[in-house]
Amino acid sequence: MSNVIRDYGDRALLLECESTDEVLALTAALNEAQIPGVLDIVPASRTVLLELAGPRDQAPTRQRLAWLQVEAATAADDDGHIDVVVDVVYDGADLADVAELTGLDVPGVVEAHTATPWRCGFGGFAPGFTYLVGGDPRLAVPRRSEPRTKVPAGAVGLAGEFSGIYPRQSPGGWQLIGHTDAVLWDVDRPQPALLMPGMRVQFRAV
Amino acid sequence: MITLEVLRTGPLALVEDLGRPGLAHVGVTRSGAADRWSHRMANRLVANPDDRATVEVTFGGFTARVRGGNVDVAVTGADVDPSVSGIPFGINSIYRIHDGEVLSLGAPHSGVRSYLAVRGGIAVDAVLGSRSYDVMSAIGPRPLQAGDILPVGPNAGGYPELDQAPVAAIAENLIELQVVPGPRDDWFTDPDTLVHTDWVASDRSDRVGMRLEGRPLTHRWPDRQLPSEGATRGAIQVPPNGQPVILGPDHPVTGGYPVIGVVTDADADKVAQIRPGQTVRLHWTRPRIAAGRPAGW
Repeated sequence: MSNVIRDYGDRALLLECESTDEVLALTAALNEAQIPGVLDIVPASRTVLLELAGPRDQAPTRQRLAWLQVEAATAADDDGHIDVVVDVVYDGADLADVAELTGLDVPGVVEAHTATPWRCGFGGFAPGFTYLVGGDPRLAVPRRSEPRTKVPAGAVGLAGEFSGIYPRQSPGGWQLIGHTDAVLWDVDRPQPALLMPGMRVQFRAV
Repeated sequence: MITLEVLRTGPLALVEDLGRPGLAHVGVTRSGAADRWSHRMANRLVANPDDRATVEVTFGGFTARVRGGNVDVAVTGADVDPSVSGIPFGINSIYRIHDGEVLSLGAPHSGVRSYLAVRGGIAVDAVLGSRSYDVMSAIGPRPLQAGDILPVGPNAGGYPELDQAPVAAIAENLIELQVVPGPRDDWFTDPDTLVHTDWVASDRSDRVGMRLEGRPLTHRWPDRQLPSEGATRGAIQVPPNGQPVILGPDHPVTGGYPVIGVVTDADADKVAQIRPGQTVRLHWTRPRIAAGRPAGW
């Protein structure tokens, strides 16, 4: 269990974690626990926000959190299964820059991005957008110094330790390495988001 | 079937209910009525459950014709002199509109948003479990336009109990809000500037956020970046310019600016009625815990 729990107004709690792995383990435990009065669980890079049904739920939820059992992810969980394979055309405008920043050549970047499966960490930014974590550490690159005003839907990018796919056209500062035809977000599907927290994703070059 | 035919929308008219909780993990914010209290009151006056959809009318100017039968309506929130075929009926009261008559809302005396409830609720198709329009992600029934035909749902079974609810008028001058300190108040050199400043509500405000203008807050570590974290309605984010933003119902699910404090749940509804130019004064609900003080002091 994370040691710091902060009041976030009078009907939410902010739980702090040391790492994204800890966030994912805590989120899994919270989903499992089905704590009464918790309306929404919002994982982010170092925190999990719990939105509660009302102010009266704040104190009881703090107490219930003290009893929450969080199991750290173990090697046994990583059985190598892949939930989603995403086909990517590696033709991004920043591919050459990423090759230079990482010291890999272009085929090396593609190899690094496709060889190691990624894990869906957390959402935010836009409906259907997921920060992908756990990829090849050699791919860590800074954001572009000049964000683009228009990044097309399906663009595959890198920023910091993360990879991600733009679910719709939007402004963005990620380094773009390719694009996919996969539909990340569609409200008319029973499950609108293609990628959900916890899923394992493998990119495939086409 | 009874319907409302929209004749004029005013500056902005949206269908809203209590929103779509439980989808933040896929990036969908809760949304819903900006002033939930007034939305619920409108529903109660016409014997609807709280979650039936109402029309959220921003700055008045909405007119609609009832077709297909008679219907009970109530208007709450900002007082917009509601009338039917020229006869005023007063806000926070229930009124029966007959088939073919026209409901008109004028300009608000004070406040910003009015809620029109019809007995049975506005029964447009729900998207992801809610009839709320989210202006940031454009999810839900699109903003109303003249000519739209809104279906009215079936009665819920109960009967209206009161003709009129006694509701205090919305403040015209000073607005005071209670704020729970933190979680990131220690990211500012003098967080109490927040409660020692008369802020002015900016005209660059919408359902995503209400901007306040005044003496800027100074960040303690201007070069440090907070990793994005989950946010709620009422959170007061402070971007690098030091001018706070109170997040509204359509806020982004996560945000990267430090949150100095969060408006209490009860007062978050008052934010929806603040007009550009109004003075806003904030108060801590409890003393702040000084940064760096060891636990157990």
